[in-house]
Amino acid sequence: MGDAMLVKALEATARKLRRESLFVMKEMGVGWLGGSFSSADVVTALLFYRMRHDPQKPRWPERDRLIISKGHSCEIVYAALAEAGYFPREELKTYSHPGARLQTHVNTRTPGIDYSGGSLGLGLSFAVGSAAGAYVHATDANLAAPVRRYAAKFRVYCVVGDGECNEGQVWEAAANASHYRLDNLTAIIDHNHFQSTGMVEKKMNMLSLADKFRSFGWEVREIDGNRMSDVVAALDWTGTVEGKPQAIIAQTVKGKGLPAYENTNCHFVKITDEMITIGQEALKD
Amino acid sequence: MKTPHLRAKRDTAESLYAAHNRALVALARRDPRIVSSYGDFPPGEVGEVFGKECPDRIMDVGIAEGHLVTSAAGLAGAGLIPFTHCHGIFGVGRAYNQIRQNVAYDQRNVKIVLCNCGVTWGGLGPSHQVVEDIAALRAIPKLAILSPSDAVSCEKATCAAAEYAGPVILRLPSTGDVYPTLYTPDLDYRIGTAICIHEGRDVTILATGILVADALRVAEELAQAGVSVRVLDMQTIKPLDETAVVAAARETGALVTVEDGTILGGLGGAVAEVTAEQYPVVVRRVGVKDRFGNSGTAAQVKADCEITPPFVRRAVEEALKTKAERAK
Repeated sequence: MGDAMLVKALEATARKLRRESLFVMKEMGVGWLGGSFSSADVVTALLFYRMRHDPQKPRWPERDRLIISKGHSCEIVYAALAEAGYFPREELKTYSHPGARLQTHVNTRTPGIDYSGGSLGLGLSFAVGSAAGAYVHATDANLAAPVRRYAAKFRVYCVVGDGECNEGQVWEAAANASHYRLDNLTAIIDHNHFQSTGMVEKKMNMLSLADKFRSFGWEVREIDGNRMSDVVAALDWTGTVEGKPQAIIAQTVKGKGLPAYENTNCHFVKITDEMITIGQEALKD
Repeated sequence: MKTPHLRAKRDTAESLYAAHNRALVALARRDPRIVSSYGDFPPGEVGEVFGKECPDRIMDVGIAEGHLVTSAAGLAGAGLIPFTHCHGIFGVGRAYNQIRQNVAYDQRNVKIVLCNCGVTWGGLGPSHQVVEDIAALRAIPKLAILSPSDAVSCEKATCAAAEYAGPVILRLPSTGDVYPTLYTPDLDYRIGTAICIHEGRDVTILATGILVADALRVAEELAQAGVSVRVLDMQTIKPLDETAVVAAARETGALVTVEDGTILGGLGGAVAEVTAEQYPVVVRRVGVKDRFGNSGTAAQVKADCEITPPFVRRAVEEALKTKAERAK
């Protein structure tokens, strides 16, 4: 598939997943609209382009790991996993029901989910552990060796919220990742500029996240995280970096795809029938 | 029934921490999934011995306990079996949510080794003593908590933790001190099973960790005075051996718990919960009251916190008195 065709196909998938995830949210009556929609393009490109995984073997030891550190943005992930074939599409209707595998924060009981979210600021640490583990599995690899001569068994992709970068542990993980030169680790910061109750810059201004990751020893790229060609190119780039973890600062729009909600504080909102109707129209092919 | 694996003499003292590391290195030689992780602490064996044997399977994350525990969950997510070491207080205090969310909730195969647990590690003072490790961690669902009492049981507990499929807390005393060795190497150790080390009919002392040796001493002293004291080594805090607790309540009618942490929700709390519901009898709890510790030597701190053998003996005598009064 040529690049343009690939991007077009992924864009169509992202639109479809946004449509699907609206129905998922409707199951609970409220949904993580803002974060699900802002990260939709990144999640799509990861699961339908970049990651090495097999929906028929969700516990395949050498699968690439997807860590959704911002565990609330789960509806888009569930829609994507169903689309990929991890579980039947019908199961999306069980979202948030008691005993269901699809909980209101990503949870390892769901096939395809490697990390349970909900407590913010922890996912990158988990990703660091898994990325280091991928090197331990590579025979005779030495985490302390000055030159890495061994191939990691798998790559780890971690989607981090910009609001959760307030949490100090994100930076413990960032330092540790570059200390161990975990080049099989990519963090994608979904920089939609809104956290639970307001704009990130007004809550605790972290200034430049790109500068921060760079100063922690990461290779950094800033992209438009809602432009599929940018996302694909950045994910391709991660595979070319040696000896350093990579951070993709994805500038995104909260609620991207539903114009009435874009760039508003639509973190966790009521989902109405009208929104569904408008959404299906706005996101149609 | 009293274990046949008790040493006749308590003339040897060993470090539980050294025993743990000996077992860990032996395990790592056999199983390539075993890794050691720690956060700048503890010094000595965990880094040096393990690092020499398995330099490719050790991870020091610096002074970052939260990251230490979550990254251990990540190592487990990669199919490894991490033994993750830190100061008890900072593991419990700074990584409580990480233990709960990343380790217990997801049932990760992580073994968290909490060093310098209890109040007796006095050198660095109350900021470094954890009195609430048992109480705090016992409340987290689906987390096994092992509290070995000597080097032999510690070695066995380390091996059992590695075999156990799921999260385990291994609670160790001071890494720099030695404690009397109670058991012979053929000890029959099982997670979830208390070990009877002294048979008795009048009263039972249920002790855990390094105070088990003191409990045994008190039982032997009281035997001279004609009091028949059962002593249970509560090696596993969770799952608690409720059968042994209820049997002790039924057969001896009075219980005294002994621990080097808080009695509020600690072993004393656990035993009181079980007996209150299943077989109410007199219970006296020896442990740290609602207070912090103080700096000092282990002996000084134990005396200050009222957990030395005379306090255990006094609690036993009180329990016996109350039991007798109620029988009237």
